[in-house]
Amino acid sequence: MSAITVGRPVASRRPIYGWALHDGFVVARRNLIQTLRVPELIFFSLVQPVIFVLLFAYVFGGAIPIPGDGASSADAANAYRQYLMPGIFGQTVAFAAAASTVGLAEDMSRGIIDRFRALPMSPSAVLLGRTFADAVRQILVLTVLSITGLLVGWRINNGIVSAILAYALLLFFAYTVAWVGAWIGLSVPNPETANTAGLVWLFPLTFLSNAFVPISSMPDWLQPIAAYNPISTLVLATRELFGNPTGIQPNYWSLDHAALYTIISCAVLIAIFAPLAVRKYRNATAR
Amino acid sequence: MSDQPAVRAEGISRTFGEVKALDGMDLVVQKGQVVGLLGPNGAGKTTMVRILSTLLKPTAGHAEVAGFDVVKQANQVRRTIGLTGQYAAVDEYLTGRENLRMFGALFHLTPAYVKARSTELLASFDLEDAADRPARTYSGGMRRRLDLAASLIARPEILFLDEPTTGLDPRSRLGMWQVINDLVAEGTTVLLTTQYLEEADQLAQDIVVIDHGHVIAHGTAEQLKDQIGGDRIEVTVHDSAVAERAALALGSVVSGQPIIEDNKISAPVSGGSKVLVGAIRALDLEQIEITDIMLRRPTLDDVFMSLTGHLAEDETQRPKPTRRRGARRR
Repeated sequence: MSAITVGRPVASRRPIYGWALHDGFVVARRNLIQTLRVPELIFFSLVQPVIFVLLFAYVFGGAIPIPGDGASSADAANAYRQYLMPGIFGQTVAFAAAASTVGLAEDMSRGIIDRFRALPMSPSAVLLGRTFADAVRQILVLTVLSITGLLVGWRINNGIVSAILAYALLLFFAYTVAWVGAWIGLSVPNPETANTAGLVWLFPLTFLSNAFVPISSMPDWLQPIAAYNPISTLVLATRELFGNPTGIQPNYWSLDHAALYTIISCAVLIAIFAPLAVRKYRNATAR
Repeated sequence: MSDQPAVRAEGISRTFGEVKALDGMDLVVQKGQVVGLLGPNGAGKTTMVRILSTLLKPTAGHAEVAGFDVVKQANQVRRTIGLTGQYAAVDEYLTGRENLRMFGALFHLTPAYVKARSTELLASFDLEDAADRPARTYSGGMRRRLDLAASLIARPEILFLDEPTTGLDPRSRLGMWQVINDLVAEGTTVLLTTQYLEEADQLAQDIVVIDHGHVIAHGTAEQLKDQIGGDRIEVTVHDSAVAERAALALGSVVSGQPIIEDNKISAPVSGGSKVLVGAIRALDLEQIEITDIMLRRPTLDDVFMSLTGHLAEDETQRPKPTRRRGARRR
């Protein structure tokens, strides 16, 4: 070994935002570098939503009527595309949870988690970093989706401020479900199980919503479930903010206050799943 | 904390369900010392290291590292230790340099220090050329070196090395030994686990032999060898079928229970070279053909065998269960 040239370790001063966030950013940076080094990952995370846009826009488009917008039959397909895009946005950010599940399960199966746990770092940093990076990745996904949407005829009709609020709401939701996904990722025994467990709850959750069909078209007993599904309110709020058709809403508090209900749901979900995930992480040993 | 030992563990037990991985384990490592924790797979070595490095809580007992309680003061312990486990715990997609920077940042060290220290470590561990390549392109030996470098970023007082050379080829193993010896020369306290007797002999001043979760012997390599007596005679016969008979024939000249392995018989003796003549006579009388006969100092293999009645290296993972030396796993 060469002669020692570097002196004793010098401790950083505690940043004003605290060590948990500092460590979370360090881990998030690592996760984002990983993403950049595996472009296939980004590619395939984009393919599915883009295919959904094309399928729904051209295959189902004319078959699903949006009541209450008085569009002529010739405009029906175009109206559906306007209606569809926020639905795809909502579905896509919800499915981001699966990436957190798989990513975390893979981390836990590797030796690196032992090193993290033997460092004097914040115990929540690995989870903060994972959820944050997974939400940041959605910025790219939403950008590509928006461009695809614009190409098939979707439009932003309410101005830039509302549009930014819509995207912010989508990203907040992405961050929320990332915590749920992280908790699942810590609960499964191995990365193979994570692949299934990460997705299985998302299909009913996204399809039991107004993402693709209006709630008013559902059977009566299903309507309250769909109405109080946060994905419905997220999609509805996004439609309103983008100035896209919303269809006629049945009378539910959640649908009358879509944005507020979405924010409250996200806050509640994070308040439940973040502590659960952190506790699971602390007790977990590398498998 | 100047005079207290670097590691002090008393009565550490740890159960996993029904399995008792550690059963009243005691351990003291003095500052600047290298202690080798020697035992077969499943003896509890890794569990002990995981408890001392705060990854696992003991079910009973008490342990202090650098004077801090591993359960109640886990974060202070983490600030003073470095840990290199059995698997290279680095990020595959990050480069060597990015890995070191990340761990340095998570140690809450200044970016300037981390930058300088990373460069220094990469140079020391012969990773300069690969520093800016993702770690997944590294060879096994390079990954281990990066892993060790990562645990040294904050200049830990105490370093835990859990089977640092398991799975490495002989050349990488020698390189690793060199690196560890250099660290020790700088004054780092090292607790290493190994199932290679040769490795414990090479690196550690003090060897703690464990089996079934507790200490069964403790001392320097020389002391342990003395403990099982003086020289040993080793006879190789041409056919393992006659080994049993040869052992019986040797019974009158040796001073302890002969151990048979394949076509080799070894046993403790007293009386130096005279014994050789007696042994040859005894074997000749039984008309047993021998291919080799020698007197030698006991190895740690013998120590382990005489202490536990079984071999140190794990039987299930070795290519041939009957060969002892020269057989390397993987």
